[in-house]
Amino acid sequence: MALTWLVIQTALYLALAPLVLGYIKKAKAYLQGRRGPDIRQPYRDLVKLWHKETVTSRTASWITRAAPLILFATTLAAAVLLPTISLASAVYLRYGDILTVIYLLATGSFFLALAGLDAGSAFGGMGSSRESLLAALLEPGILLALSVPVLTAGSTSIRRLVGASLSPAVLLLPAHLLALGAVFLAAIAETGRIPVDNPDTHLELTMIHEGMFLEYTGRPLALLNWAVQVRQLLVLTVVANLFFPWGLALVPQPVSLGLAGAVYLGKLLLLGGGLALVESVYAKLRLFRAPGFLWAISFLGLLALVSRYLFRGAH
Amino acid sequence: MFPLFFSGRGRKVAIFLKLALTLLGLGLAGNLAGAALSCALRRLSSLSRWPSVAAGAACLGYLAAGLAVLLGEGTHVVVLPMFHPLGGFSLSLDPLAAFFLCVIGLVGVAASLFGQGYLRHLKGRDLGSVGAWYNLFLLSMALVVTGANAVTFLFFWEGMALSSYFLVVSKKEDPAARQAGFVYLVMAHLGTACLVVLFLWPAAQIHSLAFARMAILWPGLPAGEKTILFLLALVGFGSKAGMVPLHVWLPRAHPAAPSQVSALMSGVMLKVAIYGLLRVVFTFLGVGPVWWGLLVLGLGVVSALLGVLYALMEHDLKRLLAYHSVENIGIILMGVGVALLARSLHLPALLMIGLLAALYHILNHAVFKGLLFLGSGSVAQATGTGDMEKMGGLIHRMPWTAGGFLVGAAAISALPPLNGFASEWLTFQALFGLGYHPVAWWSGLAGTLGVAALALTGGLAAACFIKAYGVTFLALPRSRAAEKAAEVPRSMNLGAGILAASCFVLGLFPSRVAAVLRPAVAALGGPHPPPPGSFFTLASGMGGASLSPLLLAAILVVLLLATRFWSGRMPERLSATWGCGGTLGATSEYNATSFAKPFRIAFAFLFRPVREINSGYEVSPFFRHSLHYRGEIRFLFEEYLYEPVRSFLLELADRFRQVQSGNLRTYLAYLFLTLLALLAVNNKWL
Repeated sequence: MALTWLVIQTALYLALAPLVLGYIKKAKAYLQGRRGPDIRQPYRDLVKLWHKETVTSRTASWITRAAPLILFATTLAAAVLLPTISLASAVYLRYGDILTVIYLLATGSFFLALAGLDAGSAFGGMGSSRESLLAALLEPGILLALSVPVLTAGSTSIRRLVGASLSPAVLLLPAHLLALGAVFLAAIAETGRIPVDNPDTHLELTMIHEGMFLEYTGRPLALLNWAVQVRQLLVLTVVANLFFPWGLALVPQPVSLGLAGAVYLGKLLLLGGGLALVESVYAKLRLFRAPGFLWAISFLGLLALVSRYLFRGAH
Repeated sequence: MFPLFFSGRGRKVAIFLKLALTLLGLGLAGNLAGAALSCALRRLSSLSRWPSVAAGAACLGYLAAGLAVLLGEGTHVVVLPMFHPLGGFSLSLDPLAAFFLCVIGLVGVAASLFGQGYLRHLKGRDLGSVGAWYNLFLLSMALVVTGANAVTFLFFWEGMALSSYFLVVSKKEDPAARQAGFVYLVMAHLGTACLVVLFLWPAAQIHSLAFARMAILWPGLPAGEKTILFLLALVGFGSKAGMVPLHVWLPRAHPAAPSQVSALMSGVMLKVAIYGLLRVVFTFLGVGPVWWGLLVLGLGVVSALLGVLYALMEHDLKRLLAYHSVENIGIILMGVGVALLARSLHLPALLMIGLLAALYHILNHAVFKGLLFLGSGSVAQATGTGDMEKMGGLIHRMPWTAGGFLVGAAAISALPPLNGFASEWLTFQALFGLGYHPVAWWSGLAGTLGVAALALTGGLAAACFIKAYGVTFLALPRSRAAEKAAEVPRSMNLGAGILAASCFVLGLFPSRVAAVLRPAVAALGGPHPPPPGSFFTLASGMGGASLSPLLLAAILVVLLLATRFWSGRMPERLSATWGCGGTLGATSEYNATSFAKPFRIAFAFLFRPVREINSGYEVSPFFRHSLHYRGEIRFLFEEYLYEPVRSFLLELADRFRQVQSGNLRTYLAYLFLTLLALLAVNNKWL
């Protein structure tokens, strides 16, 4: 039973992730008055890359070959820790905690950044360097924002975090709302979107994240892209289910599961639309302005914490 | 036979303790033999490995002795009747000492194994004296942690400082090493001076230098005096531990020593200083006011952040690692600070988590920092340089060294499921716990700010090791030396391999490790951690949290294999890296400076970088024949703290020079006047 759920959860993430990307692209195009690519385009891109030849740099070592596998595996391992539609869906939820999720994602990023430096191209190095700066500066913001639910739940365990946010008294606390704001901004930065990074560009002056992918082709590139899509879905799930866990099926019955699935999709639609809106309204920041944005996330998180200590609310 | 005292339960304990004592004695004898051997064989370079062998055997003894006490859970005191006027040397093997003995032993074994191969190729150093001081260094560290009175402690504390000083300056022709050694000596003695006062001042009242008496009588001292003693301990031990702002000697001295000594200095000697701090603050001083904990926590945060930021700016591999030691001491101090706060606020569960986090990270940092320093030693031996800008591509030529260094880099970046993650996870839990317990808003905020600082530190450390690993081991070689580098001998890699394996073991079995650490935590006044289960669970902290690296590792392995199997053997074509139409060379790669540049700009308020570009041209600036770039950062503490003190002292010395006439009769007059003054004071004439 447990193993079945693990497989189902993994499959759900893998299947849904490209669709979410397609949806965000479509929503963005709609907001900008374009028709945009088909919503299924990310699937086609993955299939196309999967069947292409793999060309690897002569200077590259095993790091380049291992990085896509490591990124893929760590992202999925982190993803199955988070509940999507049911609290029972993540088998090792009992042993899953939010710090493990964050550090699993960091593991993938670590190897990806190493791969960026591996081929000896200046673009890869540039991507690694910039990405690790932004990731490092984002880290305190994420943890400060997550501190609010962690302190409410009294635990970093995901099951308890979800349980604590289920209480309606928590939702309207100013601390919870401020933390939600901080974590949404953090999600923008974490998924590499405007105003921090632009996912659609391959211009060396503006790209950050894509720089590390430049030397990849074929199947490894498909794996990398897919992993990044799963990661995006994972980040949205953190916002959706850790801060608004309503709709999660508490018992694994077909009806409640179906309902939970619909609610989950609804939340993703809303959040993805939010990302598309922000991307359409704002311009990308200069690289050296981005730290200011990231510091602002930390300050918002800090504000949430201070307000938590000031207005002690229901607990 | 020496007088022996046992405390503990039953026969099993007595057997364990006898075993531990024997092993400790064997270890000490091994080190002494190694030192003597080294002096005797200094002319025969073909036998230079034997002092390292002796040291390795001695460390095995220390490790086994420490484990025997931790598993047997008892205390053992042995008094050696020597130097009676000062109270004699006496040794005690309690669980806290045993834990630190384990740390010394584990890293010592690996470093000695590495040293066998490494010393043979060491150029410009006197091998005989290196071997002798190396053994004495290990011996002093073992005796510092087992010392049971202030005399033993201070004597071997000084021995530890001096033997490591001689190892730092062992490269005789290098003026930078001599200067580093001088700075080290000054800072070490600043610390020792504080410690002498720390131990001797209360002795006037309690009439004892024995640690056991101190533990009973110090808590009764007046609060004001205890505060001064706490500050003396903080400065005395902090200067040795590399706590900011007393860290300036560390990035200078550690890289100057031979690499296996750097591993011991960074991995172990700093921890011996933390041992002193824990011993004095937790077992002697008793419960203190809340600001003690806040101060230690704050110093931990500052040390962690500044350590990692300066490490990012550093392009010498060993100096970079030395700055990371400052960072990790900061993380350890965060755990200690939480424990101190918890003790003052009467939160026993949190006290336990804080202490466990600190001790666990002490062990882990010793292991992965030792591993990284050994790796840097192999790289330095293969390329003949420590400058990262002259390396590159070593993963192809030195696969084993590169593998070991990668494990160390991942562990220090706290990547699961390695050991760094387990102890940083615990430190996070300790800080969250401080935020959770509603004692006061400021303690909560201090805890969560600590969480943010630790998160930032973790992110920056990962970035720094991406830089260190990427520039040293990946891409194209940046110099001829890096092109010609070859893998080092097997014994050196074996030493690193022991530590790499330890990174996995300590990371995968945190509940077992916590069980072994239990007596040491209890010795510091913390309640016992929960009994070992298959998962590491902190039920007593906040609401509870669990960590299961083993399950995580299993899932990761399954996913990795599944992905590997599913994506199949990819048909692969090799081609050149895309170079925008040109050919790529080593000069067009990203190097350490360029990698760190965004960090330098983002943290310019701290680094205040200086940049200078000189271009030489004759006709027009567009046709240059030369271009010189110089960039450097300025160091806050050197500039605003040490430089004023230094110039003040020099000026003072200049003033005093005026009393030196060089005339013998003047000096005799000084002597006479001093004598009169002393007589006057002594006989109360005034």
